[in-house]
Amino acid sequence: MNNNRLFRITKEPINVEEVMKKVIRREAGAVTTFVGTVREFTRGKRTLYLKYDAYIPMAEKKLAQIGAEISEKWPEAKTAITHRIGELDISEAAVVIAVSTPHRKDSYAANEYAIERIKQIVPIWKKEHWEDGEMWIGDQLETKHYPTGRPEEEDL
Amino acid sequence: MIKVLFFAHLQEMAGTDSITLHVDEITISKLKQTLINEHDINNLEQIMFAINEEYAVDEDLVKAGDTVALIPPVSGG
Repeated sequence: MNNNRLFRITKEPINVEEVMKKVIRREAGAVTTFVGTVREFTRGKRTLYLKYDAYIPMAEKKLAQIGAEISEKWPEAKTAITHRIGELDISEAAVVIAVSTPHRKDSYAANEYAIERIKQIVPIWKKEHWEDGEMWIGDQLETKHYPTGRPEEEDL
Repeated sequence: MIKVLFFAHLQEMAGTDSITLHVDEITISKLKQTLINEHDINNLEQIMFAINEEYAVDEDLVKAGDTVALIPPVSGG
């Protein structure tokens, strides 16, 4: 496997430093690294473990699209994203996003943009395994994000 | 021949991760009807469709050799 690609889906545990190193360069003055981890309690309900599934080729393409969108909004940014699939235990890293920019504000903003977009357009699904059952989770933004029940065309 | 991929709960509903349809071309909206009528795939209102790994709309045409994927609301991150 080529671990050097900037936008990856992997079945292995994610090495946070490895993702971060992909965006380090001399022009950068800031690197933000976001690590999304498996949460044990959601509104009082206890998760035992999670299972993620993905449409891998499309998911990697959509991660790369997010990278391209970031480069349009923040031309000096460099982005790397790795998302893990398969079974994950509590506190394990599901996603790592690293963004480097010359100055810190852009780095924070671009990193947040990346995670929001992942939750909109990247075909990855999580299945919660609770003490008393299991369920595939959809639209975890749990907002009025898709008023029509699906992403608007301009969101894709 | 058109390949149709299922993910997440749809995979469990369909009992398989993919089916093959022997048609030369079909619109996404007709494909939806076929899935509902002939393959017992229900509740497609919230489901996005992708043709060859790009999101598609009802009017888009699927051609022989294409791969269609049913994309339930995503929950990555």
